[in-house]
Amino acid sequence: MILGLDVGGTNTDVVFLSQKGVQKYVKVPTQPDNLFKSVLSGFTLILEGVDPACIERVVISTTLTTNAIVQQTVTPVGMIVSAGPGIDPENFRTGEHYYAVGGSINHRGREIEPINEMEIQIVGEKLQKAGIEYVGVVSKFCVRNPSHEILIKRTLNKQFKHIFLGHHVSGNLNFPRRIATTHMNAAVYPLHKEFFQAVKQSLEEMGLTVPIQILKADGGTMTLEASMDFPAQTVLSGPAASIMGAIPYAPDGQDAVVLDIGGTTTDIAFLVDKTPLLEPVGIQRGGYKSLIRSLRTDSKGIGGDSALRVNDEGKLTVGPDRMGPAMAFGGSVPTPTDALVVLGLMEEGDQDQARQGIKSIADQLGMAEKEAAEHIFKICCNIILKKTFEMIDTLNAKPVYTVHDFLEGYKFSPDTILLMGGPARFFAEKIQDMYQLETIAVPYASVANAIGAALARTTCEVTVNADTEQGVVTAHEEDFAEPISKSFSKDDLVETAYSLLKGKAENAGADPDTLNEVEVVEFQEFNIVRNFSPKGKILRTKIQLKPGLIHGYESMLNQQALEN
Amino acid sequence: MLNAPHKTGLVFFPAFDWAIDPTHPEREERLLYTQDQVTEEGVFDVPEIIEYKPEIVTPKDIQRAHFCVPDEQAVTTESHLISAGGAKAIANAVMLNEVKNGFALVRPPGHHSMRVTHGGRGFCHINIEAIMVEYIRSQYGVKRIAVIDTDCHHGDGTNDIFWHDPDVLFISLHQDGRTMYPGTGFPSDLGGPNAKGSNLNIPLPPGTSNEGYLYVIENCVLPVIEAFKPDLVVNSAGQDNHYTDPLTNMNFSAQGYARLTSMLKPDIAVLEGGYAIEGALPYVNLGIILAMAGIDYSGVVEPNYDPERLKQSVSITDKIKTTCDQIMTYWDQRYELREAAGEPGQIMTRHREVFYDTDNIFERQKEKVRVCRDCGGSFEVDSKATPGNHILGVHIPINACKACREQGYEFYDRADNTKYQRIYLQDRTTDLYEVKQ
Repeated sequence: MILGLDVGGTNTDVVFLSQKGVQKYVKVPTQPDNLFKSVLSGFTLILEGVDPACIERVVISTTLTTNAIVQQTVTPVGMIVSAGPGIDPENFRTGEHYYAVGGSINHRGREIEPINEMEIQIVGEKLQKAGIEYVGVVSKFCVRNPSHEILIKRTLNKQFKHIFLGHHVSGNLNFPRRIATTHMNAAVYPLHKEFFQAVKQSLEEMGLTVPIQILKADGGTMTLEASMDFPAQTVLSGPAASIMGAIPYAPDGQDAVVLDIGGTTTDIAFLVDKTPLLEPVGIQRGGYKSLIRSLRTDSKGIGGDSALRVNDEGKLTVGPDRMGPAMAFGGSVPTPTDALVVLGLMEEGDQDQARQGIKSIADQLGMAEKEAAEHIFKICCNIILKKTFEMIDTLNAKPVYTVHDFLEGYKFSPDTILLMGGPARFFAEKIQDMYQLETIAVPYASVANAIGAALARTTCEVTVNADTEQGVVTAHEEDFAEPISKSFSKDDLVETAYSLLKGKAENAGADPDTLNEVEVVEFQEFNIVRNFSPKGKILRTKIQLKPGLIHGYESMLNQQALEN
Repeated sequence: MLNAPHKTGLVFFPAFDWAIDPTHPEREERLLYTQDQVTEEGVFDVPEIIEYKPEIVTPKDIQRAHFCVPDEQAVTTESHLISAGGAKAIANAVMLNEVKNGFALVRPPGHHSMRVTHGGRGFCHINIEAIMVEYIRSQYGVKRIAVIDTDCHHGDGTNDIFWHDPDVLFISLHQDGRTMYPGTGFPSDLGGPNAKGSNLNIPLPPGTSNEGYLYVIENCVLPVIEAFKPDLVVNSAGQDNHYTDPLTNMNFSAQGYARLTSMLKPDIAVLEGGYAIEGALPYVNLGIILAMAGIDYSGVVEPNYDPERLKQSVSITDKIKTTCDQIMTYWDQRYELREAAGEPGQIMTRHREVFYDTDNIFERQKEKVRVCRDCGGSFEVDSKATPGNHILGVHIPINACKACREQGYEFYDRADNTKYQRIYLQDRTTDLYEVKQ
């Protein structure tokens, strides 16, 4: 039995799943100022009449860190960056307590200029004087050689509560993103820690003692303990939960689009054979770009509550803003939801108010009321699908770096659309009609996000580099480095990567059953040639535990989908 | 977050799975370290820097610039097609005003490929800049283009393709041909009779440093460009002038390259050579990208950079000044030189030999061009290669006058079928390419 909880902007949804299906679900209003209370009341309600001893797994997805970052209510932290030659690191300043120091490592991981410990101590004193407790340390090319970061940490360790190092964030190169990500981890850490320790304690008091899993932006889970080192990975786990909730209904072996139609926005995501596509580098939304692995989603400003207007040219516009709820629900501006009410598709809400709103639009368009409602509905479907296909074009236009990829490049082409969110079921039929694409409104659409969180399995990735000229294989993100011989091969590399991944996954609470869902994401092998003779090889690989669902639950959900 | 003053397009196509052979300087990892450096610097995250996917060129694209013997398929691999396609993709982005300028970091290179191509010369099979230039002229109707070749080797292929074309200004800066492959590119090589002065070759002595390169740009290249008034400036951005390059003997640096780029302000840069893949390319490419986007590049410095050690001698400086003066004299006399080259309607003949070092082919050419004051003049080239083929190529320039057009067709119709395996017609006025066997 599993509990899944997703804190949304409006509601906190909780589901109680058994292998037979959804046993129970509850919704409580989210209190934005007190997320802890929202979580607690959600758990209290779902556990009524349930024996806590039968719960094997608890997964929580929350907007806590997202809100903190968006609202900039995070703790001020110190950042120490060591850049070496290249772009001026001042461009990546994270705030007031940001110091660029000497020291340089090159792309092969060789030290070019050492760290000046005196300089570090002076920076440390300044940070301490400013009352800083948490510090992030990032050096350029630390992914190839983290010794400068480690040395800086060692120099300052006693003076600060926690020092976050850039090379632990990701095996990917990208200095500016690594700075941003390390900063985020440090900045949300106290908040995250306090919140989840309180949640853990409260759940224990309710008799729930199983390890708590937390949903990450890549649609996978990690244990509460593992999350303490990387709290920023929970940023944007909300959209991830929704997408995971659509997976059981996605067709096998085909491409599908997931559309989560909310009040203000529609989130768009992509599945290939039930596996969601990831952002190529990391979360990139709004003002920040990070190295946090995340599902590839985009949010467009159109939803059930988008404001409807007629512009100067007599054309209908939808959104992108929301001016409050639909008129049927007490708002003052007509919305697509009002059109659904007028069309008789939606039974809730105040009919007269909705009609009044749509009539004002109809008059401006010179149409009858029903005709206008139908027009609005169609335009909404059109906009959503247009944005979706634009995103698919972008997806298919991504650069390639080998002849093979150029010639064999996978073209994403969806056969199915999966609709989620409040108005999903009304849109499904219309979209299928208009676009002749199979369109499914996901069952339990209003709590599918909590189901997604509940069923998400552990994900992780490792990046391993071998350099036979320098005689070393490394995965600095995992604090791993070992000497190798000249004959180190591709098989050796993959074996090393696999064993590191396995250890990492088990630490993050992975079910041993899912350890075969491993995928080699990248593999590269290059000769190192000097004066026209080979001196060694560079081998690189990245392997991952794919995002997906834990076993034992998918088939049951599919069956229910049919019965619905 | 880092923002750039203007939009710059990048095509990055390192062709990680293609090489001539495993220890060849032009091999798989040539752009590996550049990719590492550029990725680590977060260059692709600058909102104004837009990465484009390369395109692939078609036989038609190649046929505007080359006579491929026997055909396009025989002298190219997919890598060549995608590399040229990378240049084409950047050209499209610039010409459609999606970006202000663009840089194609592609391989394999192309600037040693001539109009007739029997195979590989100096790691090049087809000329990626020339294919791009001809595509731009056909697709976008651009008339005047300047191609500035800053590769350390003479851009003899591009030089050959635009030899007779007064509308394409080709300037090559290179290490003196007496000390370096391909051994050509001397100041007196000024272009065909109809285009004298629109091909300028500036040989530089070994040991030339930032000072010398920037002197040439400022005192020769920029004044000539200003007088030529091109609609578009293209930079064949070879990076083997670097002081660590294993194939050359120059003392240029990443700062020098970035400075050169910001002075030249190319609309399009296309990567050519550059074989110091670990110690130079990552920094030079980064410097060029930042310069094109208008981002401060003062922090881009090679780990072992010592400007004092790289200073050029006074004798080098003097030699460069003399060469520049010579070039400017030629440039100022270009119209007189064209007048003196022959009478309109006259047919001029040129014989030459071309060696294909990569594919070990020896080619003899006999070229006939019609002297013309109104256009570039049609020409035919009789090319015999050992081992192998004997062909005739006829070229009618893009803005050919009536008389030259007729002359071109006369070359083509009169050609003796029994003498050649193939006879090609490249009529750029109608974008037509025909082959008789």
